[in-house]
Amino acid sequence: MTNSEKNRLKDKAFQVFGVFCTFIGLVVLAIFLIDIVIEGVARIDWDFLTSLPSRRAARAGILTAWAGTLWILVLSAIIAFPLGIAAGIYLEEYAKKTKLSNFLEINIANLAGVPSIIYGLLGLELFVRIMNLGGILLAGALTLSLLILPIVIVTTREAIKAVPRTIRDGSFALGASKWQTVWHQVLPASFGGILTGVILALSRAVGEAAPLIVIGALAYVPFVPRSPMDEFTVLPIQIFNWTSRPQAAFLTNAAAAIIILLLITFLLNGIAVYLRHRQQKKIKW
Amino acid sequence: MLKSRLSYFRLSAVIMLGASLAMTSCGGERQEGGSDMSGSIQIDGSSTVYPITEAVAEEYRAEAPDVKVTVGVSGTGGGMKKFTRGEIDIVNASRSMNAEEEKTATENGLSFLQLSVAYDGLTVVVHPENDWVQDITVAELKKIWEPEAQGTIKRWNQIRPEWPDQEIHLYGAGVESGTYDYFTEAIVGKSHSSRGDYTASEDDNVLVQGVSTDPLALGFFGYAYYEENKSKLKAIPVNDEDDSNGAGAILPSLETVKDGSYAPLSRPLFLYISSKAVAKPEVVDFVNFYLDNAPELSEEVGYIRMPDNIYNEQRQKFEQFAKGAATATNQQ
Repeated sequence: MTNSEKNRLKDKAFQVFGVFCTFIGLVVLAIFLIDIVIEGVARIDWDFLTSLPSRRAARAGILTAWAGTLWILVLSAIIAFPLGIAAGIYLEEYAKKTKLSNFLEINIANLAGVPSIIYGLLGLELFVRIMNLGGILLAGALTLSLLILPIVIVTTREAIKAVPRTIRDGSFALGASKWQTVWHQVLPASFGGILTGVILALSRAVGEAAPLIVIGALAYVPFVPRSPMDEFTVLPIQIFNWTSRPQAAFLTNAAAAIIILLLITFLLNGIAVYLRHRQQKKIKW
Repeated sequence: MLKSRLSYFRLSAVIMLGASLAMTSCGGERQEGGSDMSGSIQIDGSSTVYPITEAVAEEYRAEAPDVKVTVGVSGTGGGMKKFTRGEIDIVNASRSMNAEEEKTATENGLSFLQLSVAYDGLTVVVHPENDWVQDITVAELKKIWEPEAQGTIKRWNQIRPEWPDQEIHLYGAGVESGTYDYFTEAIVGKSHSSRGDYTASEDDNVLVQGVSTDPLALGFFGYAYYEENKSKLKAIPVNDEDDSNGAGAILPSLETVKDGSYAPLSRPLFLYISSKAVAKPEVVDFVNFYLDNAPELSEEVGYIRMPDNIYNEQRQKFEQFAKGAATATNQQ
């Protein structure tokens, strides 16, 4: 066997290995999805979406859970969006390359990897105890905002970085101030990317149960929250609760609730893909 | 270009506003009920007791639709922390309050009452193909689970010589659960002390899964989980070597747990109510409703009812406590 034949063989081997690795993830996901859909899809009907939790699996619904999840989603977005974008703009456009900004950057990157339960403990101490909010929607949303903030900041920076230097130079050349450049050129050009990042971060937040349980989110809430000051539960907590029950019928409920949660996540991801697509089509430099 | 970008901002603002309005507007329906009681009751604590409290809260809604009862599942320990700080009215507990928690409650000026609401029978199980274990004594269980067993008791024949010379695989409650505290107290003799080299899970369904697929397994969990998975498991009669409460080895069942002959693994499940909470009439009403309905509802969700006279005792205890708390407040 010549050397080049050997190399070609190695090349082929790696290709096969790569395909195998790619499929492992997909196949596992597919098996999970098929299993969940088979188990749960028949359970989803209008009553399931509009009923309160119940001890009888067949009568139990997820109204308060999905309403709580939507609330959390919207509130976290409102909180994390301006904070994350402002921080991203500052770090990318204003901050000088000093030791301090370097330190900040490293920390933000590290924060993105902190386990969510730690944010739960932080939220419990800071929002629930010190600010004395109690286990309400606002406290939950603030906690999850902290959780997704690093992701929002990082994606904002990436999106801003993608705006070519020449656009900024052109703006400055016309006499625009830094703020004018950011507001009229950089932000509009990068907004699709930023929004994509925020939405992907939010779709991580909707799946969290642990930090919310820590701050005192409940399992049985017989009313739909009407303001950010109300107590709440969310879909992942309801799912977690149902999967730990002895009766098999609750597992079916859990599967049905998982389908709903997945739909919410897919919907969010779909919006993100759409926005990115639109962005790419519109911008021509 | 600017305009189209800004419309993103506006669009998302409109969506958020719309969503929050939609959420505020739904859920306004009200039911007609038999009581004009109103207010709110906060309950938190053990996930083991949760199904009973959920069932009672669900039924109570028909009784008093204006009382907002909420139930959390932050565990007995987590619930106790909130309870002793006076943050919640009632705590679901799968073990008794410990000395430290009692101290915190007293420091915060709270007195409290423990009520038993149902029994659970911790069931010792093996794989259905296990044909050698017909019964087990408490002493043998202790030998298996005590801290000294770690790394030394690894084979079935070390426990009883006639059992096979094969590995034993252990499955049990996670150390954070009240189930673990109760089991170690009853078997090892000291709460929160056992060997650590076993498969532990807070989720009993995981333990069911483990034991039902492992022919060399031995595990324990709540009775309801055995009852629901009977075909995949084999329960082992437990002999406490004390014939005064039923002779020989006894299998857990509705009867043996209820009459106390399934000892020492029958455990009571508790509610704790604080003196601060009984000042609220809706809490008194709710607890009375709870005790009236606990026998039936606890059975419905998979636990075991206590004898009627014990429920009566609980009712009397609670009545006195509520009265005492009321006079204490009047004197202040």
